[in-house]
Amino acid sequence: MSELKLPSIDYAALAPILIMLGAALVGVLVEAFVPRHRRHLVQLSVSLLAVLAALTMVVLNADDRLITAGSAIAVDGPTLFLQGAILVLAAMALLLTGERAVERGGAFVAHAAITAESAEDRRQAESAGGTTEVYPLATFAIGGMLIFVAANDLLTMFIALEVFSLPLYLLCALARRRRLLSQEAALKYFMLGAYASAFFLFGVALIYGFTSGIPGRSAGVDFATINAAVNESPASRVLLFAGMALLAIGLLFKAAAAPFHVWTPDVYQGAPTPVTAFMAACTKVAAFGALLRVFHVAFASASWDFTPVLGVVAVLTMLVGAVLAVTQTDIKRLLAYSSIANAGYLLVGVLAPSKDGLSGTMFYLVAYGFSVLAAFAVVTLVRDGDGEATHLSRWAGLGRRSPFFASVFTFILLAFAGIPLTSGFTSKFAVFGPALAEGRAWLVVAGVLTSMVLAFPYLRVVVMMWLSEPGESTPTVAVPGGLTSAALMIGVVATLVLGVAPAPLLDLATGAAEFVR
Amino acid sequence: MGEILTNAPAEPAGAVTYATADGLLGGVWLLVAIPLVSAAILLLLGRRADRWGHWLGVTAIGASFVLGLTSFFQLRGLENKSVELSLWDFISVGGLHVDFGLLFDPLAAVFVLLITGVGFLIHLYAVEYMAHDEGRRRFFAYFNLFVAAMLLLVLGNNYVMLYFGWEGVGLASYLLISFWYGRPSAATAGKKAFLMNRVGDAGLAIGIFIMFATLGTTQYDEVFSNVGALTGGTVLVLGLLLLLGATGKSGQFPLQAWLPDAMEGPTPVSALIHAATMVTAGVYLIARSNPVFSANTTLQLVVVSVGALTLLLGCIIGAAKDDIKRVLAWSTVSQIGYMFLGVGLGGGAYALAIIHLLAHGFFKANMFLGAGSVMHGMNDQVDIRRFGGLAKHMRITWITFMMGWLAIIGIPPLSGYFSKEPIIVAAFEREDWTAWLFGGAALVGAGLTAFYMTRLFVLTFHGPKRWTEEIEHPHESPKLMTVPLILLAIGSIGAGFLLSTSVPDWLTATAGLGGEHAEHDPVLPHLVITILSLVVTVLGAGLAWSLFRNGTATAPQPAGVLVTAARRNLYTDAFNEAVFEKPGIFLTRALVFLDNRGVDGLVNGLAAAVGGGSGRLRRLQTGFVRSYATSILTGALLVVAAFLAVQAGWLA
Repeated sequence: MSELKLPSIDYAALAPILIMLGAALVGVLVEAFVPRHRRHLVQLSVSLLAVLAALTMVVLNADDRLITAGSAIAVDGPTLFLQGAILVLAAMALLLTGERAVERGGAFVAHAAITAESAEDRRQAESAGGTTEVYPLATFAIGGMLIFVAANDLLTMFIALEVFSLPLYLLCALARRRRLLSQEAALKYFMLGAYASAFFLFGVALIYGFTSGIPGRSAGVDFATINAAVNESPASRVLLFAGMALLAIGLLFKAAAAPFHVWTPDVYQGAPTPVTAFMAACTKVAAFGALLRVFHVAFASASWDFTPVLGVVAVLTMLVGAVLAVTQTDIKRLLAYSSIANAGYLLVGVLAPSKDGLSGTMFYLVAYGFSVLAAFAVVTLVRDGDGEATHLSRWAGLGRRSPFFASVFTFILLAFAGIPLTSGFTSKFAVFGPALAEGRAWLVVAGVLTSMVLAFPYLRVVVMMWLSEPGESTPTVAVPGGLTSAALMIGVVATLVLGVAPAPLLDLATGAAEFVR
Repeated sequence: MGEILTNAPAEPAGAVTYATADGLLGGVWLLVAIPLVSAAILLLLGRRADRWGHWLGVTAIGASFVLGLTSFFQLRGLENKSVELSLWDFISVGGLHVDFGLLFDPLAAVFVLLITGVGFLIHLYAVEYMAHDEGRRRFFAYFNLFVAAMLLLVLGNNYVMLYFGWEGVGLASYLLISFWYGRPSAATAGKKAFLMNRVGDAGLAIGIFIMFATLGTTQYDEVFSNVGALTGGTVLVLGLLLLLGATGKSGQFPLQAWLPDAMEGPTPVSALIHAATMVTAGVYLIARSNPVFSANTTLQLVVVSVGALTLLLGCIIGAAKDDIKRVLAWSTVSQIGYMFLGVGLGGGAYALAIIHLLAHGFFKANMFLGAGSVMHGMNDQVDIRRFGGLAKHMRITWITFMMGWLAIIGIPPLSGYFSKEPIIVAAFEREDWTAWLFGGAALVGAGLTAFYMTRLFVLTFHGPKRWTEEIEHPHESPKLMTVPLILLAIGSIGAGFLLSTSVPDWLTATAGLGGEHAEHDPVLPHLVITILSLVVTVLGAGLAWSLFRNGTATAPQPAGVLVTAARRNLYTDAFNEAVFEKPGIFLTRALVFLDNRGVDGLVNGLAAAVGGGSGRLRRLQTGFVRSYATSILTGALLVVAAFLAVQAGWLA
C-alpha cells in the first residue's frame, strides 16, 4: 500500500472560507447552548464578525495568486475581488436579516414546523421572536459562495454549489407571514435546483470523459486539464460540447438566465425579503464568478464555439426579463424580472473575452448588488398590518406619504434604468464598452433596446409613487431600525458614488482581472 | 516717424485697419453698460423702484448721451477716426474666435448721438406720458434695455456682436410692443413682430455663418479686407442674406407687415424704436457692410429695388389709413425705403442715406410724440376722422407737428429737403434706363408723401371738429411732453442743413463710406429734378389740402379698387396669409397627423406589442413546478442542440 500523499494546503489563502464555515459551525453550537432570548444578538454578532474577519483576510490576501489544496482552489485576482464583493454584500444582507425594529421578531418565522395558516401560526406571527437558525444557514451559504468563486475544478465547484444552495432553499421557507407562499417557493427552488444540479453533474461526467486520453496527462476535471483537453484531446468533441452545454445550464440556472429563470419570480416573491436581497446580490455574484472562471479558464480556447449560443441566451434573457417586467403588479416580482434582465447584461460582459470584459462584469456585479440590496431594503419598509405591502397598486402616492423613502427608491430605480450619475449607467457602460470593442455589437444593441423597454416598468413605479394621490390603502412606511438604515444608506451611497466616481473600483477590478491557470 | 507714416504707400484697396481705443475713448463700453445696469436695477428691484425708477432710466440715457458727446469730440481730434476696443474673448471654439469688442468710428458715433440724443428726449417725454400707467418702471427698464442693445448693435466690432445687439433690440421691441399684454391686439402684434423678425434674423445668422465658413472670421476689418477674394456668387448670397436680415428689422418689403401692427405699443416706443432708431438698424447693417454690397452690382440692384418698391408701397397704403399712428408707421416704412434706395445706390449715396436716417429720426420722432400728445388730449383716440380743429386747442403740438410735416414732405429750408432731395437726385444718376425707373419712383413717392402727410395734418389740426361726444375740451399736454416736442421740432427744422453739410465729410473716415464717388451726370439737370420734386410735393400737398380742408366722413366710405387695396395693405397681408400662413398651418396639421398616426402609432404599437407580449408570456409562468421543469428541459435540449450544431459546423 503506497503512502497517501496529502496535497499542500495554504491555510492563509483559504482563511476566508474556513472562517465562514467555522463560524457556521459555531452558530450551530450557539443554537444548542445559548438561551433563546440571547441567541439573536449572539448569532448576529457571530455571523457579522465572521464576515468582517473573512473580509479582512481577503484584503490581507489581496496580492495572492496561487492554486492550493491540490488543484481544487484558485486564489487569484477575480477570486479575491468576488469574495470581497460577496462578503460586503452579505454583510448588508445580514444587517437586513437582523432587523427587528421594523417588525416585532424580525422577518422570520418563529418555528418552521408550525402548520401554516393555523391559530398557532397567527400567534407566532404576532409576537414571537424569529428563528435564529437563519444565521448559521446564511453563514454556510456565504462560505459555499466563497468556495464557488474560487473553485478550480468542477467537482469542488459542484460541492460548493450544493453547500450554498441547500441553506438557501431552507432560508426561503422561513418567512414569518404568507408562509404557504414561502414554503411553496422553497420547495420549487429546491426541486428545480436539484434538477439543475443534475444537469451540472452530468456535464461534469461528460467533460471527464472528454479529458481522458490526452498524451502525458491523466483524466480530470480541474480547469488546467480541461483547457489542455480542449486543444489536444483525441476524444469526440460531442462530449466536449454536450458537457459544456450541460455545465452551462447548471450555472445559468443559478444566474437566472432565460429559459432557466422560471424559478426566479416565484422564489423572489415567496422568500423573506432579506433572503431575496441576499440571493439577488450574492448568488448573482457567485454564479457569475463561476461562469467567468469556467468559460475564461477551462473553455477559453473554445470561445468561438460557445459565444454564439450564450449570446443568444443573453439576448433571450434580456428580452424575457424586460418584456415580462412590463406587466408585473408585485414589486418583488418586478425586481425579480429586473434581476433576470440584468443577468442578460452580465452575460454580455462574460462573453467579452478581454480583460476589460472581465473587469467590467465584476464591476457590474458589485454595483448591481449594492443597488438591489437597497431596493429590497426599501421593500421591507413599506408595510401595513399584514406585513409588507408588495402589490404595486399599494405604492400609489407613496411620494406624498413618505417623500424621503420614495426619493431613495426613485433614485435606485433610475440607477436600474441606467440613468447617468448612478452606478447603473457606469456599470452598463463597463460591460457594453468591451463587448462593442470585441465586435459584439448585436449584443449591445439588444442590451440598449431592452434597457429602454425595462425603463418603462421602473418609471411606471416612479410615476405611481409621485403622481398619484395616496389612497385609503396606501401603506405607511415603517421607521427603519439602525440595521436597515445602515444597509439602505450603504446601498444608496454606493450607487451614487459608483455613478459619479467609478474610477477607484474600476481600477481595482482591472487590477484583479487576471485568472491563474 | 510721422514722416514715414505720411509717406508710407497707400493701403492696398479695400484693406481696413482700426486703431486701438485709448484715453477717454477707452470708456466707450460705458455707453452700453450704463443703460444695461439701469435696466437690471429696475427689473431686479421690482416694486421698490416704482417711485423713482423712471428718473433713473432718464438719467442713465442722459449720462450715455453726455458720454457719447464727449467721445464724439474725442474722435474728431483723432487722425484715424476708427478706434477699436477689445474687451474679452467672446467665443473661442476651434477655428472660431469672436472678440467681445467695440468699434467707435464716425458711423457708429452718429448713431450713438441719434440713439442717446433722441432717446433721451423720448425718455423724458415718456415720464409724463406713462405717468398714469402702473407699469411705468417696467416700461423704463425695457426702454433702457433697448437703448443698451441698440448701442451694442451699432458699437460692435464684428458681426456676432451686431447679432447680439440685433437680438437684444428684437427682444426689447417684442416686450414693448406687447407692453400692454392684457390687450389681445397688443399681444398678437408683439408675436407678429417677433415671428417676422425671426425670418430676417435667420437670414442674418446664416449670412454670418457663411462669413465664417468662407472667410473664417466675423470681425469687420478682416471681413471687409478679404471680401474681394470671394466669388461673385458667394458675395451675392451673403449680401442677400444680410439684406433679408435688414428687411426684417427695418420693415421693408417683403417683411414689412409687422411694423404698422407694432404701433400697439405705447407711443414713445413707436417714436423711439419703430421710427427713429431700431427700424433703421437695417440701413446701418447695409451701410456698415458696404464693402460687401459694393462688391456686387446685382446685389445693389436688389437693394435699390427693395427700397423703391417699399417706398411706394408705404406711401400708397399710408394714404388710405385712418389711424394716426398707422399712417405714421407706413410713412416710416416708406422713408426707410428711401434710405434703402440710398444705400443701394452705393458710393456717395451711402452718406445721403445716413443723413436721411438721422434727419428722419428727428422729424419722425417729433411727429410720433406729437401724435401721442394728440391722443393724450383726446382720450387715446387714434382715428383721424374723429379729430379736426385741434390747432386752436393744442398750439405747441400743432406748431411742432407742422414742423415735422413740412420737414417730411421736403419743403426748404426744413431738414427733409436737404436729406431726401439728394437721394432723388442720386437715383437719377444711375447709368442706364433704371435711372428713370428709380428716379421716377422716388419722385412719385415724394408727391404721395406730401399728399398723405398733408391729409394727416389737415384732418387732425384743421377743418371742422369731428370729435366723439365725450370729449368737451381737448387740452395741451404738460411741459414734460411739450419741451421734447419743441427740441425735436427745432431738430426737424435745422438738422437737415447741418447734417448735409457736415456728415459726408465726417463719414469718409468710416471704412468704405469714403470711397471715391465717380460723379455721373443725372439724366436730367440737377435743377430740373429739384424743381420737379418741389412741384410734385406742392401738388400732392395742395390736392390733399383741397380735398380734406372741410373734413371728412367719420366712417369709412365705399371706395374704388386702389383705395380698397391700399386699405388692405395692398393685399400683402392676404398674400402672406395665403402663401405662408395657410400652407404653414396645413403643413403643421399634416405633421401633427403624421406624428399622431405614424410616429405615435409606431411607438404606441410597439408599446402595445411589448405589453401584449408580456401579458402572453406571463401565462407561461403558471406557478407549477412541472411546467417550469419542462421549460428548463426544453431550454436544455435547445442549448445542447445548439452546441452540437455549432460543433457540427451548422451555425458557424
